[in-house]
Amino acid sequence: MPVEIPKDSWPGSVNTVTLGATGDQGGSRTSTVTIGGEQSLPFMHFENPTPHRPVIAMEVAAARPADWSAVLLEAWGSTLDDPAVWARACEDAGADLIVLQFGLKGSDDGPVSAEFAVEVVKEVMDSTGLPLVVLGPGQAEIDNSILVPIADATKGERIVLGLCEEGNYRTIVAAAMANDHLVLGKTPMDVNLAKQLNILMTDMGLPLDRIVMDPTTGALGYGIEYGYSVMERLRLAALQGDAMTQLPMLVTPGVETWKTKESKVGAGIPDEWGEWAERGVNWETLTAVALIEAGADVVVLRHPQSLVRVRAAIAELTASETA
Amino acid sequence: MALSGIQIYKMLPQTNCKECGFATCLAFAMKLAAKQAELDGCPYVTEESKAALAESATPPIRLVTLKGKAGEAKAGNEVVLFRHEKTFYNRPGVFIRVLDTEDDEVIENKVRTGSSYSVDYVGMELRIDGFAVEAASGDRTRLATVVEALRASTGLPLILVGSDPAVLSGGLDKLEGEAPLIMGADTSNWEAMADLAAGRGAALGIRGGSIEELAQLSEKIKEKGVEDLVLYPAVDSMSASLALNTQIRRLALKNFRPLGYPTIAFAAASGDQGRESLMAAQAICKYAGFVVIDTFAPELIYPLLVLRENIFTDPQKPIQVLPALYEINSPGRSDPVLVTTNFSITYFSVANEVEGAGLPAWLLVTDAEGMSVLTAWAAGKFDAESIAKAVKQFGVADKVDQKWIVLPGHTAVLSGELEEELPDWVIKVGPREAVDLPGYMRQVLN
Ligand code: SF4
Repeated sequence: MPVEIPKDSWPGSVNTVTLGATGDQGGSRTSTVTIGGEQSLPFMHFENPTPHRPVIAMEVAAARPADWSAVLLEAWGSTLDDPAVWARACEDAGADLIVLQFGLKGSDDGPVSAEFAVEVVKEVMDSTGLPLVVLGPGQAEIDNSILVPIADATKGERIVLGLCEEGNYRTIVAAAMANDHLVLGKTPMDVNLAKQLNILMTDMGLPLDRIVMDPTTGALGYGIEYGYSVMERLRLAALQGDAMTQLPMLVTPGVETWKTKESKVGAGIPDEWGEWAERGVNWETLTAVALIEAGADVVVLRHPQSLVRVRAAIAELTASETA
Repeated sequence: MALSGIQIYKMLPQTNCKECGFATCLAFAMKLAAKQAELDGCPYVTEESKAALAESATPPIRLVTLKGKAGEAKAGNEVVLFRHEKTFYNRPGVFIRVLDTEDDEVIENKVRTGSSYSVDYVGMELRIDGFAVEAASGDRTRLATVVEALRASTGLPLILVGSDPAVLSGGLDKLEGEAPLIMGADTSNWEAMADLAAGRGAALGIRGGSIEELAQLSEKIKEKGVEDLVLYPAVDSMSASLALNTQIRRLALKNFRPLGYPTIAFAAASGDQGRESLMAAQAICKYAGFVVIDTFAPELIYPLLVLRENIFTDPQKPIQVLPALYEINSPGRSDPVLVTTNFSITYFSVANEVEGAGLPAWLLVTDAEGMSVLTAWAAGKFDAESIAKAVKQFGVADKVDQKWIVLPGHTAVLSGELEEELPDWVIKVGPREAVDLPGYMRQVLN
């Protein structure tokens, strides 16, 4: 029985964005990462091949994280004491990108400072050749006080700077524009809020191929369905041709899942939850893969075993084989 | 696809004779479209129209119900490709596979722990749905023995997996009065399998490596009178499986009847638990009606069942928690009262942060019709009055000596009114985001 396969053909596509710059391109990275470019829903190879596979970023904290799950502390060991060593370990483990996350603390438990921040970024860039995403602690004034000097000190590297939020995007966008960097915009699980922020950022003159968006997701069990559906809707809108939704999407299953009780806590929990470390990894990988199926271009993870598993799933999903 | 009132009207006699109890044929048609009337109400509908209307009332994906000695697993009746378009209806049945070549003790163990497993999530009890028994021995008697033993420890629905109808019938002998799934028919054995399924009242799975093969087989088998069919796109990679499942769902929703059946996914048999978990996750998100896995491990089953619950939640009806005064980390009389709404995600983010930080607190959850704090505040469902009402309703004043009540940061504007409503209380304004609560509680409340 001949059956006509229903193929969607969409007028729009996702922007192609390249992160990082090599020596030839005015930076110092040994490799760059290109994401986006999709002309179809995720992995519909019978319509179009996946132009660039989703990539995995590993999160590295600029100062040893005080509140991470013991499962993560055990998995990484003393690596966590030095962001440069940690970033190198992520590269060796097969990460595509490093997300360098600053908190409120700098060296010796003092407040984070511009000097500390620039120094950490330089050390990390010396130890790994991967492109970087650099995120401030998420408080407007402090973010600006470290991201601007970082942007100045790394001109031409095409680092992704963030987070740009509605109340706090101007300074970061300006710093990115002045120094050939990219930005990450984050909005709280809503299609219209995402579009609005993208309009505000592009209105400043930042080209669309230098913006990545984080539409925000919840962890499995804690609102993943909201993030999942917002991402599916954003991707459908992008393919339908709405320019302000055509940005590649970065989401953070690592941050979200490792703060849930299921992943963070090992004692005094029900037997039905099973073994702690494996549960934590499942929580992170299931969240990541569900979001990749919903259109994520970058997933930011924390556990090295999650990296291995999600990487294998991505390889399988992007293999050129068609049904 | 469901017809509109106008489309139905065109199939009615259009004489407005009123015998159906409605003033006009159009009024009757509108009621039919809204499923508030039965076609039998009109004595004059032609046979031709009856047939057309019956066809249009058939769901694009047939509902298939597997029945065990105790319990059912339903799949099908889905109407959309994306959950935000409406909702996904039938949670895919999660089945654990056992091989009849495994030791009796191993099987027994897996089945007992699996069928008694139950885990609480947001006040719901999540469980697996049944077992798949694979006739790997190729021996009719052995399969029968294993199925019989299984029935002694569980009543959950079963799937019998094998390619030889004669062998599978041995297992079916032990399942009288049930509706198991036989898995399954392929190009070589479909006739005998169809006869077997028809004779035993079983649903029949069809195995095929392509859309064409599946469609062709389902048509032939349907002609033999078996209609409870399940499609198994038998491909190896996650990518090919996603493609086939998507194509089947798309075609089914376009009313292509040969593919209008639920699908089954086997995440089993890979021997790699990481891969198995992610294949199962994909199957839950992308269209499987039944998911078979090998591993019964709580640390895998729990997240899979939660994923299923999340993806199959009706987007129009967010999960709510019961308005009440919740205790976090055994609070005492001098611990603060935090206020939030009964939107489950809001509740769980707050509870999770405070609980995870090990800080004792009372969490007062108001009835905001399942809306988040900001939405509820904007809609007038979360205001000083409703908070004060909840304080009284749940007798909060009797639980604490130090009357500190903490408002979500987004609703700081309510503090003035709340002071008037609750004159004995000290009103504090907390952070906007739940994630900042532990820091706030340590710094401000101590
Ligand atoms: S009974 Fe039939 S013909 Fe008469 S008004 Fe009703 S729908 Fe029309």
